[in-house]
Amino acid sequence: MSAPQSMSTAPAHDATLDVARIRAEFPILSQKIHGKRLVYLDNAASVQKPQSVLDAITDCYSRYYANIHRGVYLLSERSTTAYEGAREKVRAFLNAASAQEIIFTRGTTESINLVASSFGGSTLQAGDEILITGMEHHSNIVPWQLLCQRTGAALKVVPFTDAGELLLDEYQRLLDSGRVKLVAFVHVSNALGTINPAKTLIDLAHARDVPVLVDGAQAVAHLPVDMQALDCDFYAFSSHKIYGPSGVGVLYGKQALLEAMPPYQGGGDMIRLVTFEKTDYADLPNKFEAGTPNIAGVIGLGAALDWLNALGLAAVAAHEHALLEYATAQLSAIPGLHIMGTARNKAALVAFTLRGAHPHDIGTILDREGIAIRAGHHCAQPVMQRYGVPATARASFAAYNTRDEVDALVTALWKVKELFE
Amino acid sequence: MSDLRDLYQEVILDHNKRPRNFRILPEPTHKADGVNPLCGDRVSVFLDIQDGIIKDIAFQGAGCAISSASASLMTETLKGKPVAEVDHLFDAFHDVVTTDCACPKGLGKLGVLAGVRDYPSRVKCATLAWHAVRAALQQRQQPVATE
Repeated sequence: MSAPQSMSTAPAHDATLDVARIRAEFPILSQKIHGKRLVYLDNAASVQKPQSVLDAITDCYSRYYANIHRGVYLLSERSTTAYEGAREKVRAFLNAASAQEIIFTRGTTESINLVASSFGGSTLQAGDEILITGMEHHSNIVPWQLLCQRTGAALKVVPFTDAGELLLDEYQRLLDSGRVKLVAFVHVSNALGTINPAKTLIDLAHARDVPVLVDGAQAVAHLPVDMQALDCDFYAFSSHKIYGPSGVGVLYGKQALLEAMPPYQGGGDMIRLVTFEKTDYADLPNKFEAGTPNIAGVIGLGAALDWLNALGLAAVAAHEHALLEYATAQLSAIPGLHIMGTARNKAALVAFTLRGAHPHDIGTILDREGIAIRAGHHCAQPVMQRYGVPATARASFAAYNTRDEVDALVTALWKVKELFE
Repeated sequence: MSDLRDLYQEVILDHNKRPRNFRILPEPTHKADGVNPLCGDRVSVFLDIQDGIIKDIAFQGAGCAISSASASLMTETLKGKPVAEVDHLFDAFHDVVTTDCACPKGLGKLGVLAGVRDYPSRVKCATLAWHAVRAALQQRQQPVATE
């Protein structure tokens, strides 16, 4: 089945999820931690995997695994078919125009590094500017800093409001320098939950002929994304944040751009003809997939997309939004608790501080209650600096989370207060 | 909550709320910064060493209850001690927070941090200030990291 392309054109799924049935598909969720029922609220870091994904990986290794693309025997053909089938699933999920535009990588980080190295390295020069936002994950900062060091280009940063919303006037002003050669921004902020106005940001950049990379790591599991509607030039995401295995990522790139770019890594599978004098590179997407890839992992990602499509991303988004509203209300009622990131358009995560208690202490105490949250800088230290805090605690939700789990979080936070006040 | 009280003992909660020697020494003979890259915690330690004795020691920084209390208790323990004993005391403290050994007398109240041994991810919090002291004594210019 094809992926929902937007909220309004999503296939007619029941708007409410059968969460009990969903939870039963996740073996890891049924365990106890320190004698307490596991409440997994660290989904922005990584999401747990349904049985169908585990089965797809086991099935690959136990029934038809072999290296792909070059084998003339049946197992290799089956593995190749399954691997390329997963590429088509990703294409459909993103509504990309062609499967050649889907490159498998190790994760969002590698996808961004690929663009920085190959596209950036071959097009940028001294005096050029790269524009990012103040709410980027380190993976959408450091590759550009490395590129700037190599090329003499400068990194510019779009600021955001206290609520966590980008200042579009500042964005326009920075674009107006005329020196910007690439825009890279996070679709959904992992530290604040902000859903950035991707289409607007892309259109404004394109009005100045500036290509755009979108870091979709926190977006794809929570809202429908459509490459042809967004018209972005590059889009990166990770399998492990969308119910698939870790170690696999995706880079979408417009075909014309990818064809013009030099290879990122050299090796097997990315060549047409090698002599010691010269190498002709393979066509897309193989040009960017040197070496044996994570075959079973890619197949697992395909299974994860099947699973999510069957639920319906619109229904998942509605469920998570209801959880966000409930959690925001419940947490706000705790005296001394301050929520960081209150954008009007926000994904299902709540980052917060609690007076008198450091986020790490909150994390340890919640763990003893069976509750897994993240505490720290969330690989977004500039965001922490923006708000003048060393760290935050963060609860983030997925399709399998419930209001009961929000209640457990709130009860445990009262225990933290009891200890530290 | 009983097992949590093993970690967050009253002495720790007290030193977290009211850290001792939490100030800047205006003219330290030795100083260094420590960072825990995992969580972003930072500590700066200042020492005034005369004739091989730690005459004064103070710290500044932002961190969790474990790292703040550990830094505070460490300053109380080290003040007045010969520099030559620091390495030995660090090793003894490290054993306290990572093994089942009893806390040696020389560590003073630092024994209250023994509960950290049941929380391996928090050992770095407990030892951050100690790493900084060692770096200060070695006159290192770069901040020392726990990683």
